[in-house]
Amino acid sequence: MALDNTGQRVFKVVGTRPPRPDGVDKVTGRALYGADMSAPGMLVAHILRSPHAHAEIVSIDTSAAEALQGVKAVVTAADFTPQEDEYLDDILVNCLARDKVLYDGHAVAAVAATSADVAKAALKLIKVEYRKLPHVTDVDAAMRPDAPIVQSGRSLETVPEGMSENVTSHCEFGHGDLEAGFAKADLIIERSFTTAATHQGYIEPHACLATMGADGKGDLWCCTQGQYNVRSICADLLGIEASQLRVTASEIGGGFGGKTTVFIEPVALALSRKSGRPVKIVMSRSEVFLATGPTVSSSTDVKIGMTKDGRITAGQAHLRYSGGAFPCGTVDMGAQAAFAAYDLEAVQTLGWNALTNRPKEAAYRAPGAPQAIYAVESVVDELCQQLGLDPLEVRLKNAARKGTKSSYGPTFDDIGLMATLEAAKAHPHYSAPLGENQGRGLSAGFWFNFGGNTCVTLNVNTDGTVGITEGNPDIGGSRAAISQMAAEELGIPYDKIRTIVADTSSLGHNDVTDGSRVTFSVGLATIKAARDAISKMCSRAAQIWGIDEEAVVWEDGAACPAGPNAGKFPPMTLAEIAAVSFNTGGPIAGHYEFNADGAGVSFGVHLVDVEVDRETGGTKVLRYTVFQDAGKAVHPSYVEGQMQGGAVQGIGWALNEEYIYGEDGRLQNPGFLDYRIPVASDLPKIDTVILEIPNPGHPYGVRGVGETPIVPPLAALSNAVSRAIGKRLHSLPMSPPRILKALSEA
Amino acid sequence: MRFVRPETLEEAATLLGQESGVTRIISGGTDVMVQMRSGLVAPDLVVDLKHLTGLRSITPEAGGFRIGAAVSGAQLGEHEGVCALWPGVVEGVQLIGSTQVQGRATMVGNLCNGSPAADAVPGLVAADATVRIMGPNGSRDCPVAEIPAGPGRTTLGKGEFVTSVFLPARPERSGDAYLRFTPRTEMDIAVAAAAVSLTVDAKGVVTAARVALGAVAPTVMLVPEAAAAIIGTTLDDAAQAALAAAASAACNPIDDKRGTIEFRTRVAGVLARRAALIALARAGGQN
Amino acid sequence: MKTIHVSTTVNGDAAEFICGPDESLLDVLRNRLGLTGAKEGCGTGDCGACSVMLDGRLVCSCLVLGAEAEGVTVDTIEGLAEGDHLHPLQQSFIDHAALQCGVCTPGILVAAKALLDRNPDPTETEVRYWLAGNLCRCTGYDKIIHAVMDAAKTMRAA
Repeated sequence: MALDNTGQRVFKVVGTRPPRPDGVDKVTGRALYGADMSAPGMLVAHILRSPHAHAEIVSIDTSAAEALQGVKAVVTAADFTPQEDEYLDDILVNCLARDKVLYDGHAVAAVAATSADVAKAALKLIKVEYRKLPHVTDVDAAMRPDAPIVQSGRSLETVPEGMSENVTSHCEFGHGDLEAGFAKADLIIERSFTTAATHQGYIEPHACLATMGADGKGDLWCCTQGQYNVRSICADLLGIEASQLRVTASEIGGGFGGKTTVFIEPVALALSRKSGRPVKIVMSRSEVFLATGPTVSSSTDVKIGMTKDGRITAGQAHLRYSGGAFPCGTVDMGAQAAFAAYDLEAVQTLGWNALTNRPKEAAYRAPGAPQAIYAVESVVDELCQQLGLDPLEVRLKNAARKGTKSSYGPTFDDIGLMATLEAAKAHPHYSAPLGENQGRGLSAGFWFNFGGNTCVTLNVNTDGTVGITEGNPDIGGSRAAISQMAAEELGIPYDKIRTIVADTSSLGHNDVTDGSRVTFSVGLATIKAARDAISKMCSRAAQIWGIDEEAVVWEDGAACPAGPNAGKFPPMTLAEIAAVSFNTGGPIAGHYEFNADGAGVSFGVHLVDVEVDRETGGTKVLRYTVFQDAGKAVHPSYVEGQMQGGAVQGIGWALNEEYIYGEDGRLQNPGFLDYRIPVASDLPKIDTVILEIPNPGHPYGVRGVGETPIVPPLAALSNAVSRAIGKRLHSLPMSPPRILKALSEA
Repeated sequence: MRFVRPETLEEAATLLGQESGVTRIISGGTDVMVQMRSGLVAPDLVVDLKHLTGLRSITPEAGGFRIGAAVSGAQLGEHEGVCALWPGVVEGVQLIGSTQVQGRATMVGNLCNGSPAADAVPGLVAADATVRIMGPNGSRDCPVAEIPAGPGRTTLGKGEFVTSVFLPARPERSGDAYLRFTPRTEMDIAVAAAAVSLTVDAKGVVTAARVALGAVAPTVMLVPEAAAAIIGTTLDDAAQAALAAAASAACNPIDDKRGTIEFRTRVAGVLARRAALIALARAGGQN
Repeated sequence: MKTIHVSTTVNGDAAEFICGPDESLLDVLRNRLGLTGAKEGCGTGDCGACSVMLDGRLVCSCLVLGAEAEGVTVDTIEGLAEGDHLHPLQQSFIDHAALQCGVCTPGILVAAKALLDRNPDPTETEVRYWLAGNLCRCTGYDKIIHAVMDAAKTMRAA
């Protein structure tokens, strides 16, 4: 669906900042999240987890647990049928280990009992005999031919021969003559980087309440980014029909990609089926860290050539990612995103995924891109330093723009990279003076954005209000944005509209809330559904007036005769048409269902100033500014919120957050004390500058904005620290011991 | 598990002395609750003492202050007298956890939890504070420095518990300070820490000093060599360097998820030096 | 385990419950009194999502035993608004888009009120340090700090 009247449309509601519809519920404690729901007769379930990084399960004896007073059901992998589909079977095996435990914290069995105390006591009675196996948690170590094999037989045909069986996939992107490109360079820099696995760190642990009766009908309440996805996975794993399982998404206490799959939901359903009682599972924080998806850990080599005047002649990256103990395609996205900000004649990216004894990766905000772009933007910065060039000018000189053949294939349409770079250059932050031990870092960032399967129903109520039913959990204010777009289209006030998130039985399939897709795709479907309702309302007006439908147009919330020849009738408002709808053909509703395309890529540029304490290696973030192309900011406050939230997650990743494994392969920091997400006192104000370069694929020009902001901070911080201390670090996080070590190395 | 609120300290001592299982005292609960939840400890008896007379009060005594064992960090921080006399002790206590944790956490709990990284303890050791201990055999006093025995262990006997901390009077021209290093500004455990208490004469020469380090050995420790490095000096550059070197030399840390041996050793010296300069300024001296 | 009978005051009203001796105040509020506004983000006092006031002190209810509530007053997020009249902090959070997912919001509001009750005119730095024990993963804190500062201004003018 193409952009309407490019650059000419004057918006009335879109672009304003109305209060979010879920605001009062959320500030009064009334909003219901995953763990907040209970049911009569409810049991509580707890999960037994592996204490080993890698071990064969020789036997599991649950008889003593089952015999304990108050225990109503115990399940293990034996209660589920292995799935033919490898993707589904991996999810199942991750929910309950089958033959081997593959990482510290891997679920082995679950008990539902009349109280949490009984369930926990029962876990201690389950006897699991393990045979410990050698483990590997580092991606480079896992790729060596002699590495312990995490899973056999999982390598795709694309993997070159002779590599460890842990390598599950290989990908390659790029174009042009690399050799010729590097030959044109005045300076070539080649560096290796690593990034630690980081967790999405949502504050709400996974939680669900499952009810399954003897008739095979099930109801599931859970915190998820996609209730339809939960439904289809759970229905498959439990061997029931999708129509028999209704999944309701609770309010969601953060997801950032981590709630796009299932961990406890099939287990709760199986326990409920077995016990005939509702079963609630709430993960503890340590379970969240141990057994839900962090992002990939990475090891990357980047080689870039540049001329003396700052033109990049060629770029190459080799990316090695590990998505934990299961095959993972995230490296493909890293390999595609690595050089997306540049207009290059010669570029090549190669990627490999390797299995390690770590939890199964789950998406984390722009999955794969931050790691790759960190490495590329670090090398670009070092080239600028060595050639004495301004890093912003160099990026402007090489920036991808409309017509650029992207490093991953497609040719870009209208994109906002140049505009964001120009805005950064013009901003007072870029030219502000710096003090001693301070440095300024810059990085560009990119995300593809996504459309996907979407449907929306818009009901016109007889009192002139409108109800919208959509199917994507609201994670950043989407109910407000959807209401705004409907109000814009219908020409009625924002507060006349209520948007709700439907359960799986109330609306057709919607893809998961991911890929920054909701404001774009659901918004687009909402606009189309509104236009569908408008056409019906125009038809009703035509019927009332006794004129042709084609002679009625919709203006400012009312049906009007289209010109003097249509007849002279006063406009009929939405409320007036709705009030008589029962006499003109019945209720009025608009629908739209589609598989959205044309999401429009998004670019951002971040500027950060830091000060490093040379005696302790501590880094203080002094100033931060985010520049990003939003296409059209439907609700600018929520766009800013995405930019600020993503930037701060990136700051955490750059400075302190990491999964730390011991020699025994066990996770050493499964809690918020030692997995250090930023706190309020760590941060300065996060300034934001929204650019609006309309996306040709959306009638209002909207682009997704949620993911891009986590991409630039990693390199921006690294570049800033490098300039503050005169030394470059090549590993994240740049924790104080690492910075102090770098400083002490002459 | 039993939860008991005894009526007297004696009753508490008897209860704790006679219990054959695992016992814990809850005042702030900010360590005990975490340990219970993680399964690290499953007490058979939890004793709540904070309602008992004197346990939540701060009273002047002999020019110093006696602080009840259940006085929270927030309550301590609101006491102008203690803040004026021992600002370094108070800043150590107030670095424990969040505002929420401050609402409950006590310095006695911090001490008896036995963590080498306890933020309240270096300041107390540098202050030469003592604790009053109640037990099955009655009451006794003991220097704070003698309480920690190792990570998670104390020298307290069966049935013994701390009822108060005594912070002594101090001479004119005295000051103390506590600094720790953490990757985040708040909500963190010390990777290295140092407390310095000192007194200067009218000419600004350090006449007495105590230096204590945290998170760099199995227990918080007093480092007399570090104090010796600044006594008799005006904390000039050479004395600062000697202090830092002596502090670093005393370190016996571990490599763990929070920091390396090398990092802790170096930073402990830096913090000792910086804390000494703050203490000096508070004492009215100049370097 | 022998349960304990506890009489307490919650949001100004007398409340009674029985609980296990090792049960946290947070579990009591959520599971026995039906007050699910306080959330468990960690259970270890590291996230502040369970913040409540205990006898006028800001605490993490996950670090308090239910049994300790005997004879004290407990104030939770559910008592912040007066009827349908939002507290200025609540209104400010909505007006300034200071929440996204909202799961940390109840704890942050309780903590922010505790701050403004004792310091009606805090600096930005004071707000940031006071709220350091309340983790938020969505907002980057910027709009939260702004909302608290602005609510303080409104309350001072009232």
